[in-house]
Amino acid sequence: MAIYIDKPKCIGCKMCIPACPYGAIDMVDDKAEFNENCTSCGACAYACPTGAIVLEMAGKGEVDTSEYEGLWVVGEINDGRMAMVTAELIGEGRRLAEKRDTDVSCVLMGHEIGHLADRAAGYGADRVFLVDHPALKRYRTQPFTDVLTGLINRNKPEIVLIGATSMGRDLASRVAARIKAGLTADCTELSINDETGLLEQTRPAFGGNVMATILCEFTRPQMATVRPKVMKPLEFDDSREAEVIEVPVEINEKSIATKILEVVKDESGSDVNLTEADIIVSGGRGLGDPKHFALIEELADTIGGAVGASRATVDAGWIPATHQVGQTGKTVHPKLYIACGISGAVQHLAGMSSSDVIVAINKDPDAPIFNVAHYGIVGDLFEVVPAMIEAIKQRRGDTA
Amino acid sequence: MNIIVCIKQVPDTSEVSIDPETNTIVREGVPAIINPFDENAIEQAVQMVEEHGGKVTVLSMGPPQAEAALREALAMGADEAILVSDRCFAASDTLATSYVLSTAIREIGDYDLIFCGKQAFDGDTAQVPPGIAEHLGIPQVTFAIGIEVDGRKVRVRRLLEDEFETVEVKMPALISVVKQINEPRRPGIKAKLAAKKKEVKVWDASCIDADACLCGFDGSPTRVVRTFAPSRNTEGKKYEGEPKEVATAVVEALIAEKII
Amino acid sequence: MDFNFTEDEQMIIDAVHEIGQEEFEPRASEVAELGEFPWENIEILREMDLFGIPVPEEYGGLEMGFLLWGVVGELLSRYCSTTGSVFGAHMLCQYPIMAFGTDEQKDKYLRPLTSGEHIGAFGLTEPNAGSDAGSVATKAELRGDKYILNGTKIFISNGGVAETYVVIANLDPSKGTRGLTAFIVEKGMPGFEFGKNEKKMGWDALPNRELIFQDCEVPVENVLYKPGRGFRVAMDTLGVGRLGMAVGAVGLAQAAFDAAIVYAQQREQFGQKISEFQAIQFKLADMATEIEISRLMYQKAAWLKDQGESFEKEAAMAKLYSSEMVSRVTSDAVQIHGGVGYTREFPVERYMREAKLFEIVEGTSEIQRGIIANRLLREYRI
Repeated sequence: MAIYIDKPKCIGCKMCIPACPYGAIDMVDDKAEFNENCTSCGACAYACPTGAIVLEMAGKGEVDTSEYEGLWVVGEINDGRMAMVTAELIGEGRRLAEKRDTDVSCVLMGHEIGHLADRAAGYGADRVFLVDHPALKRYRTQPFTDVLTGLINRNKPEIVLIGATSMGRDLASRVAARIKAGLTADCTELSINDETGLLEQTRPAFGGNVMATILCEFTRPQMATVRPKVMKPLEFDDSREAEVIEVPVEINEKSIATKILEVVKDESGSDVNLTEADIIVSGGRGLGDPKHFALIEELADTIGGAVGASRATVDAGWIPATHQVGQTGKTVHPKLYIACGISGAVQHLAGMSSSDVIVAINKDPDAPIFNVAHYGIVGDLFEVVPAMIEAIKQRRGDTA
Repeated sequence: MNIIVCIKQVPDTSEVSIDPETNTIVREGVPAIINPFDENAIEQAVQMVEEHGGKVTVLSMGPPQAEAALREALAMGADEAILVSDRCFAASDTLATSYVLSTAIREIGDYDLIFCGKQAFDGDTAQVPPGIAEHLGIPQVTFAIGIEVDGRKVRVRRLLEDEFETVEVKMPALISVVKQINEPRRPGIKAKLAAKKKEVKVWDASCIDADACLCGFDGSPTRVVRTFAPSRNTEGKKYEGEPKEVATAVVEALIAEKII
Repeated sequence: MDFNFTEDEQMIIDAVHEIGQEEFEPRASEVAELGEFPWENIEILREMDLFGIPVPEEYGGLEMGFLLWGVVGELLSRYCSTTGSVFGAHMLCQYPIMAFGTDEQKDKYLRPLTSGEHIGAFGLTEPNAGSDAGSVATKAELRGDKYILNGTKIFISNGGVAETYVVIANLDPSKGTRGLTAFIVEKGMPGFEFGKNEKKMGWDALPNRELIFQDCEVPVENVLYKPGRGFRVAMDTLGVGRLGMAVGAVGLAQAAFDAAIVYAQQREQFGQKISEFQAIQFKLADMATEIEISRLMYQKAAWLKDQGESFEKEAAMAKLYSSEMVSRVTSDAVQIHGGVGYTREFPVERYMREAKLFEIVEGTSEIQRGIIANRLLREYRI
């Protein structure tokens, strides 16, 4: 990708200057001019009212793929903490990087996040790009896209991995579209082809009915978002060290199109972040009544899990939408998924069938949920679930 | 207020299967539907235009059969429908698709907002909406669960992992919506009959001045090299009988496997 | 003769199939078991503009005739018998207003019935006037610009949930049928109350209530057609009612057949699917044949109606045959299911209970035979 200024079109309005996160535009004779800081991130092109700044895209096969090297993980930071998915991707990234004989870098964008460099290192990153700026305090598409695009253009990584979270999907799509790179969504398996060295990205499609393996042969970097909880992080080791590169940026708040007005935690309070949960207990239509979710909560509390729900119960208004598991809700990958009174419509299975262990409790022995369950209990959940709670408590009592 | 809604016709995924012999998707006899998330986008646009005036234009890229999805959208209350269809669009990945749709949107020209469903039911990528926004150089707000218009500003409530985020953005902007934003209306027979009589414009690559190098296979950096059926767990054990006994047996097994 | 539906008709039929399978069928047993009026389903019919199939476009209808109305009604009854019956009973109010109402009456009453904003009901039956309409004892008395109604109607389908009622009362019981007069009565008119909802053998979700008129004041402009000409209104309405009964019976029988043929291919006895036994096969063949006969009969009657021809005899024949057919077919469906067919785990026992109603309402089989014979003797008068 290249960027240039069509000088006759430039009217010297200077609107590009605050838009540039890298301080790379100077005014020379009332015309904009790039200095050596330019990363070709393209932020200025969008700010230019006259179309004087032109982003030129390389066509298929025009990218010199040999220029690109290294595997990057784009970190996700929530409330000053590094998301688990970032650690998972660093772990997976190490495995892939070894096959490519290269190293793993982690990009951390945020504000007052210096302490996280050690986290990334401890999970196995060789290098950390630290971009610290007040405007990056909370994720927003535009500044994150501008900064990340700039970093990619300047450093040319071969592979970029991002968690397939709300943030990751929003950011990766925008960046990939800007740099015209191939991007594969929500991968559940990654590998390096022995012969071609290409990243093989495997993901479910058609509601989980089909797995597809996807390649990006001609463009770089090869980008993928990866489903949280699928990849395994390395054991955290604080003796690991990483090279930390602090990247200075200049971001002008005024040039950012979106303003965050308010952030509200899900009102249902409890540990509802299903995508991060190790154990999920879900309730379906078989509960018969919204008040019976109390039973689901009790089981979840007993084993330290989060509460999930089928679409039918959410549609019926029994439980807030944030609990919904499935294609129209959340895709989850816990270690243990307990489905209570859920028949297992395809849309639901698409969201949870990759869980490590699935327990299903349903009255109907032919319910499709039993096709994916490792432990299927045919029975009345109002009898089985209390019995399970009892059994777990008893075991606890025994060992205590 | 003019709203463009980008929609996709998708196979009903609940009826899709894979041929174990050929490892290809069996599409025969699978009904084509409007991507369910897009129905929410249409509903949202129609509601907002009902409230604020203006018009809703639905836009889809696809084969000629995709016209049916656009007619359905017209029946739901959209005012105009455009199908961009050209052989050279075939095999477009998300990048090429967003490019084609963005050129069509430029051709339509006059818009305040662009709505999309958060993702398509067949691909589940959620990559096209940001791609369109990027190609048009306008801001995007993804995963909207509520939209409020205030003059030229839009306040959007986003549904994130465990929180709701409200952002404000100026028009024009692209917004992708989640299922929970509304309940799409069921078009009545009268609306369907009226929609049958409306025109669905069909534009090919030349109508929208799309660069063939950026469309279809040539414009797609990603390539699907293999599809296969997911390995389903077939070794599941089924427990039937006295609830106490089976519950204890499963709990014991989970403890033995160190799962709990 | 053309058995093809137009593209528009087919689109509607497909839409009803889809909604029936997705929304009605899964809840049908629950609706019947709980005995709660299926408002959700009615709302869907409303959204889909299905309450106005034969009504002129002028009043918000689709103007697509009784044949399509029948086909749609059959599908509704197939996927949820209760919903089908509400749909049918609604027409018994809509039709007389459409056929006999003044422009003002149509504007005021037909329009909201057609949009589905209002549900309709038809009040004829009384404790001593079932098949014998001439014995209607509900009295109407003209006082100034109002009629005063006194009396009680029973078994009124949609009673209580309906906003609009076409009620048959007698101006002069001594005149028998010549005193009958049809009135449009609104829910909430002073002196109009609802009595008990009957507990029945089936159809728990379908209201069959008493309508109680105690010095109920109905404005003169609410007389439908002419004073003293209510018998004509009632008879014409019952003609459509018989058609509706045939439609409902075919739908219910089809539902029973659907269940039976699926079960027969799942259930194994003596090492094979029971569908491989000839005894079961013949039963299935007979069931399907009888259903098909009944379907053709109601479709022919509806087609005649749409052509503006006399259809009363054909409607009575369709009602007679299909009401007896549905008892046989649903009973056979239970038989094919065996023991589980008798349990409430499967819907076929309900179908069997519901089926019996068709032989009783809108004129018993005996009355139908009388109507048919009457017409025949007129046609073949020597």
